[in-house]
Amino acid sequence: MFSRTLLAARSTNVSKVYLRRATTSRNASTLVLVEHKNNAITSTTLSAMTAATKVGGDITALVAGDAPDDVAKAVAGIKGVSKVLVAKHAAYAKSLPETLAPLIVATTKAGGFSHVLAAHSAFGKNVLPRAAALMDVNQISDVTAIESEDTFVRPIYAGNAVATVKSKDVVKFVTIRTSAFEHAETGGSGTTEAVPTAETASPTEWIKEDIVKNDRPELGSASIVIGGGRGMKSGDNFQLLYALGDKMGAAVGASRAAVDAGFVSNDLQIGQTGKIIAPDLYIAVGISGAIQHLAGMKDSKCIVAINKDAEAPIFQVSDYGLVADLFKAVPEMTEKL
Amino acid sequence: MSLNRILVPVKRVIDYAVKVRVTGGKIDTNVKHSMNPFDEIAIEEAVRMKEKKFAKEVIAMTVGPTKSQETLRTALAMGADRAIHVEVPEGQEVLPLQVAKLIRAIADKEKPEVVILGKQAIDDDSSQTGQMLAGLLNWSQAAFANKIEVEAGKLTVTREVDGGLETVSTKLPTIITTDLRLNEPRYATLPNIMKAKKKKVDKFTPKDLNVDITPSIETIKIEEPAKRSGGKKVESVDELIDKLKNEAKVL
Repeated sequence: MFSRTLLAARSTNVSKVYLRRATTSRNASTLVLVEHKNNAITSTTLSAMTAATKVGGDITALVAGDAPDDVAKAVAGIKGVSKVLVAKHAAYAKSLPETLAPLIVATTKAGGFSHVLAAHSAFGKNVLPRAAALMDVNQISDVTAIESEDTFVRPIYAGNAVATVKSKDVVKFVTIRTSAFEHAETGGSGTTEAVPTAETASPTEWIKEDIVKNDRPELGSASIVIGGGRGMKSGDNFQLLYALGDKMGAAVGASRAAVDAGFVSNDLQIGQTGKIIAPDLYIAVGISGAIQHLAGMKDSKCIVAINKDAEAPIFQVSDYGLVADLFKAVPEMTEKL
Repeated sequence: MSLNRILVPVKRVIDYAVKVRVTGGKIDTNVKHSMNPFDEIAIEEAVRMKEKKFAKEVIAMTVGPTKSQETLRTALAMGADRAIHVEVPEGQEVLPLQVAKLIRAIADKEKPEVVILGKQAIDDDSSQTGQMLAGLLNWSQAAFANKIEVEAGKLTVTREVDGGLETVSTKLPTIITTDLRLNEPRYATLPNIMKAKKKKVDKFTPKDLNVDITPSIETIKIEEPAKRSGGKKVESVDELIDKLKNEAKVL
């Protein structure tokens, strides 16, 4: 093996080629942090697995929980996963970053991983930077494309610019934008292996959760999404969107204005600081199209806008715009579909 | 019960209403700047805690070029008691881990029991600094706070998570990051802006604090995102349904 200093000391073009080969031929090995809830893998994890395949090299999954065995078995069946590391302890039941971050660090060091990946979901955003700091490395957040082992593409400024960045850190900590990667398929045959727990005492105690019950498709993975804005005028009027959504098999989301006005709960917010989605069809109803909202939906394949203001900025990004009163157009559409 | 000190790191960013442009592979920064919106919420929450006598002192800090002082003055006008400016050269990028290390150095000096940060800066959109700081200090953390209640020796924080809300109780000292709905930040009044000019701002450099700010991530290029060719209008619901079925084939 060439030593790094020896290679660095050379300056001819020939040795640069060597250096590049030496860098790319080093086997990448990626640890993916598995997010799961109610004994099921989240769809965000399936996107993270696909992102991991773009890095190249072996993929290992880390499943932590109080009873993670069923989830671990399911993860082992995801295509591309070679090994599933299972950390079982009551301390991991509620995904507190104070206990998960030390576990990630210990597992990464023990396995000598070159990459640690998680989804840029509320879970991944909460946990991964804490672990990165404990490893003394920076993190690359919300990655939409992986160009090579050390080069990543990510949107900045609410998606108004796209940056390509190269990490010099020894271990690359990366969170990925789930809407930019397909879900990984099943058909894998990974093995499972128990790993030791790390720090299990936490200065934070989990008290409760209030999860909004919803029979409709999940916002992040639905192929059709209908978004309602301030133009909906009240929470009750969202029934119009639910009725249309039920006809189309669509998920329903909202702009910040609609959430702030109390029409719907905050977990339905689409935008720079809410959910970022890229469905096949997005229908914006009574949404003007502020920069922050566009950041969350402008990668949708087809955008439809229904708004009575013909000058609304949403019409500049919509493939089909209908200038009409939503209170007439939406029921008409529901009826005709 | 009363906290002695709350530290609130703030960032000067391009104003949220400005449509950012990429020119010559760079972001055009010759535009209006203001305090990162999530940091305004952080200052507001800290000042409210002081007004309710839950806290004695609120210290605002920033890491940035000389111009970042405006942002500190805004924080002071909103009710922060004093400020700390960690000055870096204009145009110098400081990544979240290095910012977290600088905040840790200030926290070591000032000994706050709570540090409140925004959940993300609207320029780099990283959403890392608070969590990294919590890791470096080995403190408890509650990211994306929607509601904070103060109790003896701990805070009860409701967090915005995928699917709804989650409540945790964090032992002090602790790190909180703010979500949009935590509060409605106040406007600084003219008398308060005048008063803020007299408040103290301490200055440090990263070197004073023994923190190396060399970035470990290099930006290779910055480009404009792919443009959408929008703008097509339809006349009726029937036409819209027809286009979606037969042209876009999404129904």
